[in-house]
Amino acid sequence: MTGVETVAGQRRMLLTGNHAVAYGALRAKPQVIPVYPITPQTPVLEKLLEFAQTGELTGEMITVESEHSAMAACIAASLAGARVFTATSSQGIALMHEMLHFAAGARTPVVMVNVNRTLALPWGFWADQTDSLSQRDTGWMQFYCESGQEALDTVLQAYRVGESVLLPAMVVIEAMYISHTLEPVEVPGEEVVARFLPPFEPERRLDPACPLSVGNTTTPAQWRANRLAMHEAMGQALGAVAAAGRLYGELTGRGYGATESYRTEDARVVLVAAGGMAGTAREAVDRLREAGVPAGLLRLRLFRPFPAAEIATALAGAGRVAVVDRNCSIGSGGIFCQEVRAALSALGQGGNPVLSYIAGLGGVNVSPERMMQIARDALGREGTNPEPIQAEGL
Amino acid sequence: MLEVRIHGRGGQGAQVGCQILAGAFFRSGRHVQAFAAYGGERRGAPVTAFVRADDKPIRLRCDIERPRYALVLDPTMLDGGAIVADVEPGGTVVVNSGAPLEGALPPGVRLVAVDAAGIAGRAGLGPIVSTVLLGVFARATGLVSLEDLQAAVEEGSPARNRENLEACSAGYHAAAGPG
Repeated sequence: MTGVETVAGQRRMLLTGNHAVAYGALRAKPQVIPVYPITPQTPVLEKLLEFAQTGELTGEMITVESEHSAMAACIAASLAGARVFTATSSQGIALMHEMLHFAAGARTPVVMVNVNRTLALPWGFWADQTDSLSQRDTGWMQFYCESGQEALDTVLQAYRVGESVLLPAMVVIEAMYISHTLEPVEVPGEEVVARFLPPFEPERRLDPACPLSVGNTTTPAQWRANRLAMHEAMGQALGAVAAAGRLYGELTGRGYGATESYRTEDARVVLVAAGGMAGTAREAVDRLREAGVPAGLLRLRLFRPFPAAEIATALAGAGRVAVVDRNCSIGSGGIFCQEVRAALSALGQGGNPVLSYIAGLGGVNVSPERMMQIARDALGREGTNPEPIQAEGL
Repeated sequence: MLEVRIHGRGGQGAQVGCQILAGAFFRSGRHVQAFAAYGGERRGAPVTAFVRADDKPIRLRCDIERPRYALVLDPTMLDGGAIVADVEPGGTVVVNSGAPLEGALPPGVRLVAVDAAGIAGRAGLGPIVSTVLLGVFARATGLVSLEDLQAAVEEGSPARNRENLEACSAGYHAAAGPG
């Protein structure tokens, strides 16, 4: 392992987002890693195989015949009490869909990285949030990361949170703009991670010495009880995400929350974005401020559980809100925007004017100039927009 | 912020080249970012790669639309200058070409042409011209030292290390310094 050692045993290295999450997985010491390759996730698998060959990674890698099988193996291994890691993207997560429900219903804290890539057809390799957002209702936690650094850090936090509430967690990075982007990343040392992430020791596990089965037919009342327990666990996850983000910050100097407000005080327009695009929006906010436009950014890091109250508080004083979605729910519009509007409405802040912008679908470039254009457009519009605004048409 | 865009074809080393250049900037103490856009891993398909370097952390997650520097690994991609028409005034375009170039560059943009294909061929690298052009870029712009670049080549070239180091050095010495 090359690089420069920095504080607290951390090593500063040049890594792509894919390799950064592989380091995150390495540090979490998963015992079973079932994985199937797909562009643009493949370098995650390749790096983990490299770690396995050098002996750094002691967990068992299982190369399966499909993503559906990968997730099935994850669930079984997790039920047996193993810490499990996998990664996928696009068609891969689509094929896994059935098993994602199984994983959450079985309360297995699997951690999976998903690289946001377009879904077919047409065929493409580019950034688009629809693949993971389509898994919204599977019972998985979802984190959207702005950088390779955050993705590495979030893999570790996802284990801590997931294993405490017994829910699976998805760590999402955009194709190319994060997955294939080389940048400086601090890799935390094993000792720091050991202090942050205790071993996975579930109260109940599949064990031949004490036979039990999982997945039997239930009565309607039992099924309902299981669903409500999952929903309650999601509620607990909100607090656990905040606590894990704080503790991680104390240990590494990099703290995280469910959302992040950037220069939103006194902002007359607040951009709302998730993932790597939020970094571009951050730059746009600074440029707008320099030009005398009081703009801010609310970055959504956690999508499930949805931090509705935190978002409502953050947007309470905002003049205009412009949600930027790199996805489109066909027949409705931007998914993050729907969620933000619903949260504000449910919390009695329906009067907040929230505008919906769709930008960068299918990996179309979203420049800081485009983000600035969106903010200026939102400032100049009366009322709200029933139809999403296509940012490329501004 | 320094922004460099590399145009090449699959197999010429644009993708690895952007990582090597980022590695060299990183060694000089800068924050860096490098990535490539390509449609599936096909030989001969157009590849665009991007490198950013700055004194502060880089937050942008988007393509470089108006670079100050461009490297063109295949001169047939120049398309009469269209591919580099958005290079900023005062910038530099480095092209792999032994022959005089036709087509206009934007006003105030400096053209540096070197027969990188010839140098790469003699170094035993076949079509991989990116390390030669990185050497040319280092000399022509003075933005990165040959020492940092060579160290990054050493670490970043996946094969034929010695040949790539030779080619990089030859490219450096074939170019004129900052204009």
